Amino acid sequence: MGFVRGLKCRECEREYPVEPIYVCEFCFGPLEVVYDYDKIKKSLSREKIQSRTQNLWRYKELLPIEGEPSEALHTGFTPLTKAENLARLLGLRELYIKDDTVTHPTLSFKDRVVAVALAKAREFNFDTVACASTGNLAHSVSAQGARGGFKRFIFIPASLEYSKIIASLVYEPNLIAVDGNYDEVNRLCSEVANKYRWAFVNINIRPFYAEGSKTHGYEIVEQLGWRTPDNVVVPCASGSLMTKIWKSFKEMKEVGLIDRVTTKVFAAQATGCSPIVTAIKQGVDVIKPVKPNTIAKSLAIGNPADGFYATKVIKDSGGFGEDVSDDEIIKAIKLLAKTEGIFAETAGGVTLASAIKLIKEGYIKKDGLTVLCITGNGLKTQEALDGHTIKPYYIKPNLASFEEVLKEIQNVK
Amino acid sequence: MAVKVRIPTPLQRLTSGKEEVDGKPGTIIELINDLDRQYPGLGERISEAGKLRRFVNVYVNEEDIRFLKAEETQVKDGDEVSIVPAIAGG
Repeated sequence: MGFVRGLKCRECEREYPVEPIYVCEFCFGPLEVVYDYDKIKKSLSREKIQSRTQNLWRYKELLPIEGEPSEALHTGFTPLTKAENLARLLGLRELYIKDDTVTHPTLSFKDRVVAVALAKAREFNFDTVACASTGNLAHSVSAQGARGGFKRFIFIPASLEYSKIIASLVYEPNLIAVDGNYDEVNRLCSEVANKYRWAFVNINIRPFYAEGSKTHGYEIVEQLGWRTPDNVVVPCASGSLMTKIWKSFKEMKEVGLIDRVTTKVFAAQATGCSPIVTAIKQGVDVIKPVKPNTIAKSLAIGNPADGFYATKVIKDSGGFGEDVSDDEIIKAIKLLAKTEGIFAETAGGVTLASAIKLIKEGYIKKDGLTVLCITGNGLKTQEALDGHTIKPYYIKPNLASFEEVLKEIQNVK
Repeated sequence: MAVKVRIPTPLQRLTSGKEEVDGKPGTIIELINDLDRQYPGLGERISEAGKLRRFVNVYVNEEDIRFLKAEETQVKDGDEVSIVPAIAGG
């Protein structure tokens, strides 16, 4: 293999060897993986990718791993579903859902980043993996770490949805529920990572981990028939996914898999935690941290690590951002379910509701091809819909009781 | 008693490997200037012209100073200050 040249600071461009480090010693800028794109260009082709198994390792030359990821779980290559019902309703010519609600094995896009992070943790000879999580990452590190035979320390805000806590506990990691919000958990984890030699996937392994998000973008391009969409709407927590989707499109051009990138990138956040969208709307690149208050807990990062770079992606691509209320989030979750049969978690509601606003405001043109990135499964956050769904019809186990209800239903319809 | 300052790994080379050092009460910027006198070079790594660098977060008793008075936040004896790289999480 050997397509990775090393790590480089995004700010001052100082170079570092491939090690479990994430911060430039001189300016504190983030370290990023640098690839030999010329070499990848000579080695990689559409045909080669298409001949491989349908999982995220089909893009392995563009991922920061050495050799074959033999122990890693099968993950990625989720459906890109044409959403005709929803498109008709919104007046869009062409709309697709990139459906990471069905990512293997834990039903969110985090399985992508964790697959890469754990492959890397193995290469670095760590025996313990850890993370700071709003829930989805906790599931993925718990599950994939179990299979990989790692010791696992999972830090979450204690206030997470009950169902999200159970879905970590079942894999029996050391689950540390912190009395604080995600930003406090994250700060604590930075200090823990400072002290213990563990592979914190989103701290000291972050330069490698974050690269896994690119596969969400590669798949969109491949599944659209090797072209980029006109618009892509991405939910933002730390902002990392959005920056990596943009990077994935540009890399595919760089290595000759596509000729051009014509995409506008749009950011979606909940109004109760919208530091990135606030900066976009104000046209500034300084992110003012906030104390989150939203049902979209998976996006509740008030102090987003990649916020600055996220605003740059919006500027570079000519996109914009929108934020939506809890009520709009719930309505959008239900709309996606009843039009396209996809049950997304709250972040999915944020994405669709923001897209609807961006269409109304004219930022997303109706005659283009739009992709919504739906990143997690609704079964994980059912509490959010408590009291907001329709009710079942309760009947006795006899035909008369059923027909009484049937009459009622037919009268309503 | 002094102000307790926790030092992140990338700066520990400047503090001879010490994870925690003592600082002087005053504003955050005064504290950083004092640390720079004790550990030459530390100041410019995390600040520039009296302001913290973009990718450095500072916490006083677990609170992000941007929710307090930013670089002008006062710290006193017994307070705990954490210097943490901003690029983490998500």
